[in-house]
Amino acid sequence: MKTRLFISLLSASAILLGASISFAQHDNAKDAQQAAAKYIGRPNEMAKAPEKYRSKTNPMNSDPTAPVAGKILFKEHCATCHGKDADGTRRGPSMMRDRVQTATPGAIFWVVTNGIVCHGMPVWSKLPEPERWQIVSYIKSLGSSTVAPDPSRPQASIVAPR
Amino acid sequence: MLRRFWLIVPFFALIVLFFPSRAAAQENPYIVAYDHYMEEPGSLEVEYFSTFGTQRGGNDFHAFWTEFEYGATAWWTTEFYLAGQTTFNDSTLFTGWRWENRFRLLKNEHIINPVLYIEYENTWADKILKEIEGHDVESDFDESNAVLRQEHDHELELKLLLSSYYKGWNFVENSLAVKNLSNEPWEFGYALGASRPLALKGSATPCNFCKQNIIVGAEMYGGLGDRYSFGLHETSHYFAPVAAWNMPSGWTVRISPGFGLNDNSHIFLLRWGLAHEFPNFGPAVARFFGAHK
Repeated sequence: MKTRLFISLLSASAILLGASISFAQHDNAKDAQQAAAKYIGRPNEMAKAPEKYRSKTNPMNSDPTAPVAGKILFKEHCATCHGKDADGTRRGPSMMRDRVQTATPGAIFWVVTNGIVCHGMPVWSKLPEPERWQIVSYIKSLGSSTVAPDPSRPQASIVAPR
Repeated sequence: MLRRFWLIVPFFALIVLFFPSRAAAQENPYIVAYDHYMEEPGSLEVEYFSTFGTQRGGNDFHAFWTEFEYGATAWWTTEFYLAGQTTFNDSTLFTGWRWENRFRLLKNEHIINPVLYIEYENTWADKILKEIEGHDVESDFDESNAVLRQEHDHELELKLLLSSYYKGWNFVENSLAVKNLSNEPWEFGYALGASRPLALKGSATPCNFCKQNIIVGAEMYGGLGDRYSFGLHETSHYFAPVAAWNMPSGWTVRISPGFGLNDNSHIFLLRWGLAHEFPNFGPAVARFFGAHK
């Protein structure tokens, strides 16, 4: 009886491990170049945001600490995939891409809220709305890697603690 | 068997020591109820839970279990449980294992978000009270461990988890249907919960004790009888305040004193849990086994 139980326990663990690792490898068994190409080729998720979200203004605009708080939240919740400096990893694209930086704050908020479940980004609606807007403030403060940053926005890299 | 169960303790200590991580996933405070949030893909969360329960007409007990929760995808979370219990003035037992899977049914967020939960469990003398089903009552635990361990439960458990977010509040409604595979009728149960962080805005300075890291709420759970005798009677019901403290280092502490709401329920259940999240665990394991660097 004990042997049977042990074997079934072991089999269940092996199935669990095998299935989950094979899923996890989907995004990781590719080199950086392929991964970057994967993001370039993907549809623009920001563009899928409904108009009522796209036209929303960031309620944290008047809060000068929002990008700093957003940077802390980003490091805690988003850096695993998007990099601790938001410059992207094989698991998630850079937040300094033109596609992100030219999107409206509302569109970024919509993507943070809903995730991109089919492509592995989880929903983040478990973070309260003000925290999600703080993350949006941080992302928008980064500026584009190819377009000059908006001088009217505070630069988190200057004010945020390292 | 007990010796094998305790092998997980040094294993747990080893991965905590040698797997550096820094991720806070804003865990909910519930012990029994579930919300609709999945584990982040590739992350492993190792959780230890404890339940101290009073027992009229028998010995009080301490039940404990460890969960290994893994985010297989953004829409699928899989979880493996190992459980045990100590009945005071009696003995300590390994009480079985469970394999749970949760599937997110809708791509985007909605007012109500459904998740399908499927679990297989193989347990005996189980006292973790992870759910109340059918006509579960306090007197089921009267017998000694030697008697309780004779009865093995092979159960298939289905749950529909409904969860909503509104102005910082999370509301959950879980309904449960359980089929003991040894030709017993379908049994039913429920769990309800509500919770909210103490603050909704993130702090501009890194901190452990910030109000947004502490989530408080309450949950209520109980049985709903079986297919021949459905309803709230002849079963047990509990109400439990819950609290969770999410630390930026990736640790979460949960505590929940629970109170029986009728004569069929244990008078008092004290539950607590400790969890740690290891982000990128799956990819790290894949690399270890030779996947692309």
